[in-house]
Amino acid sequence: MSDEKLKSEQLADIDYNPPSKDWMDVKPVIKKGTFNYPAVEASEKYLDLPFSRKWDPRDDDWKLPENWKEIVLKGLKDLLGKYRSFKVFMDICVRCGACADKCHFYLGSGDPKNMPVLRAELLRSVYRNDFTTAGKIFGKLAGARELTEDVIKEWFLYFYQCTECRRCSVFCPYGIDTAEITMMGRELLNKLGLGIDWINTPAANCFRTGNHLGIQPHGFKDSVDFAVDDLLDFTGIRVEAPINKKGAEILFVVPSADYFGDPHYFGFLGYLALFHEIGLDYTFSTFASEGGNFGLFHSAEMMKRLNAKIYAEARRLGVKWIIGGECGHMWRVLHQYMDTINGPADFLEEPVSPITGTKFENAKSTKMVHIAEFTADLIKHNKVKFDRSRNDHWIVTFHDSCNTARGMGILDEPRYIIRSTCNNFYDMPENTIREQTFCCGSGSGIGTDENLEMRLRGGFPRANAVKYVREKHGVNLLTCMCAIDKATLPAVMDFWVPGVELAGVHELVGNALIMKGEKRSGDLRGQPFKGEEVKEHV
Amino acid sequence: MYDAGKIIIGLVVFLALVSYPIWYDAARGDIPTSADPKIVTAEKECVAPTDYMKDSHMDLLNQWRDDVVRKGVRVYTAESGRKFEMSLSHTCMDCHSNKSEFCDECHNYAGVNPYCWDCHIEPEEVQQ
Amino acid sequence: MNAFYALFAVILLLLVAWVGVGTVDLYSLFGIIIPYLAFTIFILGFLYRIIKWAISPVPFRIPTTCGQQKSLPWLKSSKLDNPHNAFWTIIRMALEVLTFRSLFRSTRAELREGPKITYGDTKWLWAGGLAFHWAFLIIILRHYRFFVEPVPAFVLYLQSMDGLFQIGLPVLYITDAVIVVAASYLFVRRVFIPQVRYISLFADYFPLFLIGGIAVTGILMRYFTKIDVSAVKELTLGWINFKPAAPEGIGIMFYLHLFLVSVLFAYFPFSKLMHLGGIFLSPARNLANNNRAKRHVNPWNYDVKVHTYEEYEDEFREVMKEADLPVEKE
Repeated sequence: MSDEKLKSEQLADIDYNPPSKDWMDVKPVIKKGTFNYPAVEASEKYLDLPFSRKWDPRDDDWKLPENWKEIVLKGLKDLLGKYRSFKVFMDICVRCGACADKCHFYLGSGDPKNMPVLRAELLRSVYRNDFTTAGKIFGKLAGARELTEDVIKEWFLYFYQCTECRRCSVFCPYGIDTAEITMMGRELLNKLGLGIDWINTPAANCFRTGNHLGIQPHGFKDSVDFAVDDLLDFTGIRVEAPINKKGAEILFVVPSADYFGDPHYFGFLGYLALFHEIGLDYTFSTFASEGGNFGLFHSAEMMKRLNAKIYAEARRLGVKWIIGGECGHMWRVLHQYMDTINGPADFLEEPVSPITGTKFENAKSTKMVHIAEFTADLIKHNKVKFDRSRNDHWIVTFHDSCNTARGMGILDEPRYIIRSTCNNFYDMPENTIREQTFCCGSGSGIGTDENLEMRLRGGFPRANAVKYVREKHGVNLLTCMCAIDKATLPAVMDFWVPGVELAGVHELVGNALIMKGEKRSGDLRGQPFKGEEVKEHV
Repeated sequence: MYDAGKIIIGLVVFLALVSYPIWYDAARGDIPTSADPKIVTAEKECVAPTDYMKDSHMDLLNQWRDDVVRKGVRVYTAESGRKFEMSLSHTCMDCHSNKSEFCDECHNYAGVNPYCWDCHIEPEEVQQ
Repeated sequence: MNAFYALFAVILLLLVAWVGVGTVDLYSLFGIIIPYLAFTIFILGFLYRIIKWAISPVPFRIPTTCGQQKSLPWLKSSKLDNPHNAFWTIIRMALEVLTFRSLFRSTRAELREGPKITYGDTKWLWAGGLAFHWAFLIIILRHYRFFVEPVPAFVLYLQSMDGLFQIGLPVLYITDAVIVVAASYLFVRRVFIPQVRYISLFADYFPLFLIGGIAVTGILMRYFTKIDVSAVKELTLGWINFKPAAPEGIGIMFYLHLFLVSVLFAYFPFSKLMHLGGIFLSPARNLANNNRAKRHVNPWNYDVKVHTYEEYEDEFREVMKEADLPVEKE
């Protein structure tokens, strides 16, 4: 997958010294490999988005609507009125620079406009110019600048070079969250029809078919049936995987890549095996066939539009509560937004594990439990048996996904599961994991092939930490709980630290799980276990 | 969610802190607005002019201490040419024998706590 | 360049006060009117800014979680960095405000041969920032001796602690030295770290010079040029009792000091210095991470156009039936 023209030595030749010119005088350069293609018109029209048109970021003329300036300023005013976070973050930054070398894009590119503080200043400068007295009077001296087409181009470039990972917010003395600012920036850009295809087309798909990939109900069923067949091959057991089953106890929602992508799929097999083994009464939904939410990368409204189906399907199918699969930004939405935007879920019951009786107090309002919380609880209560040696061909490390680490804090559940299911686990250095974890560099809808150079640059700090444990412990498997990680990190690993594969945490679970009556022929990838000796299990 | 209540509490605390002197002084009512050191001496001339003494007497005393203790010099010649013994207990306190009404008046007013009396014995005051 | 402009601005301010008091004798203007005005602007401006923030709601609960969440009872959660209730959120905020914990976390990334990036600890900014703010706070509290009569015990205590080393006469306050060193450090890092210089605005240098100027004039009049402290207190108590009078015989250095302080007060609400109030309103820090346990209400949550299951089934009913998927309407 890695572009032959790109060499790691080249990309790692990073100059962190800013140019001598003032940043306001540096014009944005739209360069191959560092931007994303605009959204196709059909997708935007399907979602009733404004000003959809054919345009190319490399052209001088972006065909902005005539009153573009008015739209942006009105939009900005509107957002300032709706979000205290935005207003406060516009005002209180002291530019101490603590965030600068915390951003994976800055570390990987050296472009000063990728320092979180400067990324925010791109927007702040306009805010000062039009919304503050000091800016109106003192202009540039007060850090204000006029809104021009070049500013819009700069926004397009740099708000799509931020993965909304919130790492900067951890180190900011005021918690200023660039993700919040990037979200506002993107919302404004989308008001001008400046959305990117990798966000708006999945969003349109999701709106129509329930999932980003546009998989229709029969396609979903095919995928699941296929997985059931695969699992039969690997374990000798035919599992049930109910779809759209009314009256099931639990609705299970996964990111669509789980049943379509590689290596997500192996984790999906893990879910199926686990649920079969514990006899869980659950159902998939062909409509709520996506937990991920690219609407989050578009606007709060789009997020709400795409998320609505989850509670709607839970209600229609009459389930008691919901489990969500492994995904990063999906869980940002489920954890921090869903109850607020589409709740209250008073038609559901407070989640109680039917196997262990554990009440998930932390999810009693939203009524949605993370699969890692659910599985960790099963393991703790000895409800499942594992043969860890079946993962001995893997030397494992774990990548905390940015959204679940810094927008939720699910850090120890996956580690507990991993330690219970494999023998060789090594964490990466402490400045690169848990709340300080580095993003894959492709999150928030910018994981495209055309943006590969920027992704590789953004992925450099993560890859660098993987390289460390690879060299020290021989790590060959990077586990994570995020669909975007699983989709995009393989390219990043191939480029920076070849020989490391990606896997979901539940792939390890599926491998190690001792199932009644199983006849294992190999792991969930169809590979033989270490030493190739096929052990007998009762 | 506006959290208006919490913000108002915060603002009240802020206002209370910054306006603390105003309401504290107002509540106490009749407070002296200036220091009024009593000069009870018969002597007409100090070792230095009043303005200098107001701002800088501590420097003079400090100098005296150094001269006496470290150099053994005991005589101070004022600008007028008059000679004084460099002594807090004698020269100064002979005239200003009323420590509480003279020294303390300003020192308390300005919140100054000089360490003169860490070493020197406080003079016994004659009840006026 | 921005640094020079800021320096010129502060020098200009000093000249204004110098001319105004030193040569034109505008004691009432600089001793009474401007301080009153500045303080009024400060209070009203501060309230205005907070209220301006407060009228925008917090639509979503978006704390930045910096540790393990509270989920399963046997998993130890990080109460401080990922607080699950109001109590721990208050503690998190208090420690953030009082000890700058987030800055304490800071690392310094370095690109080395390999290529590899290393992350070293760096506590300089944290130490410098903390020293600067604490010194400033103690100095402000010490100044209460001019505004309250009799001088409160806590001020006397602060003074004696601050002058613990009894160096020089008047006794050197530790905070006086600290604030000068810390402000110098904050300025020097702004100028010498290329990235920080690149992002620094006039508005970043100006308050530093202003506060530096205040500290220097204050130190000069305390230790070198000397002023009649009793006369100063007569003036300050006059403000407090609303019977202002500018007594004569207070040195020019005092008026330079006072004018810079006045400018700082008046400038405060319209500048980044409002981070003093803003930090308390930062939703990334001041909310508990209990999103799934307790519903957060968004006051402007509005209905949006959604794709309903009925519309979905209408479009896909035939293929669903062919695939043996249950449907609502046959």
